[in-house]
Amino acid sequence: METRRDIFQAIADPTRRAIIALIALQAMTPNAIAEHFQSSRQAVSKHLKILTECELIKQEQKGREIYYQLEIDKMQEVDNWLDQFRHIWETKFNQLDEILETIKKQK
Amino acid sequence: MSTQSFFEFSVDRENKTIHIKREFNAELSLVWEAWTTSSILEQWAAPKPWRVETKTMDFREGGYWHYAMVSPEGNKSWTRYDYQKIELHKSIVELRGFCDEDGVIDPNFPRTQCTNIFSESDGKTLVSMSAVYGSSEILERMVTLGFTEGMKVCMENLDQVLEGLK
Repeated sequence: METRRDIFQAIADPTRRAIIALIALQAMTPNAIAEHFQSSRQAVSKHLKILTECELIKQEQKGREIYYQLEIDKMQEVDNWLDQFRHIWETKFNQLDEILETIKKQK
Repeated sequence: MSTQSFFEFSVDRENKTIHIKREFNAELSLVWEAWTTSSILEQWAAPKPWRVETKTMDFREGGYWHYAMVSPEGNKSWTRYDYQKIELHKSIVELRGFCDEDGVIDPNFPRTQCTNIFSESDGKTLVSMSAVYGSSEILERMVTLGFTEGMKVCMENLDQVLEGLK
């Protein structure tokens, strides 16, 4: 439960969303990623750490360099939000159906 | 099987709006009551096993509903609906926002404006809701409140209820 909560916090940050968009195109080294942002390398590396911890991105060693790439499966999971949201409303309304029936009987 | 009620859910990503339409097999005044009375709202506004606990309910223009969504573990997420415009038995415009226990709105999340329109025909009531989200993050947060994990349980609860109705 905690992990999932973190995923959404992770992508609620605009810089982190930009990082995701960036490496969605191709795996990149931390330095190459940092070049796209005005924030310090340190700040970018902190964002990368959070995204890695949430398993939204993963590191891959290629030769001497570390590359970051997207965890596609995880991103798809995040993309199911709206389905879940729809289900929540469906469930609530079904509960309300029950209540309305009960009230009608009482009246 | 119980009869399926009309339910429509569509997303307009460009305008950050969710449109929901649902028909209820009850007269309008009853559905209105269920929408505006805290003791009834508490029975349906959270998918089981989550529940709703009202701190304040003041249903009038300028008033608000301040409640907590309580998880099975007892964790509370506070929300406030500020009622901006009410037309009796017609429509409700509310501004929804996350807040704390004292009702102080969380500035990190833009509020959601939701318009509920009620109409009756042949003893059935149609409710049309349009929720305009201040940002896409707010949608993310809706789902992080613990609903996601509970959905499976929810659907099973619902299955049981439906089973009992057959």
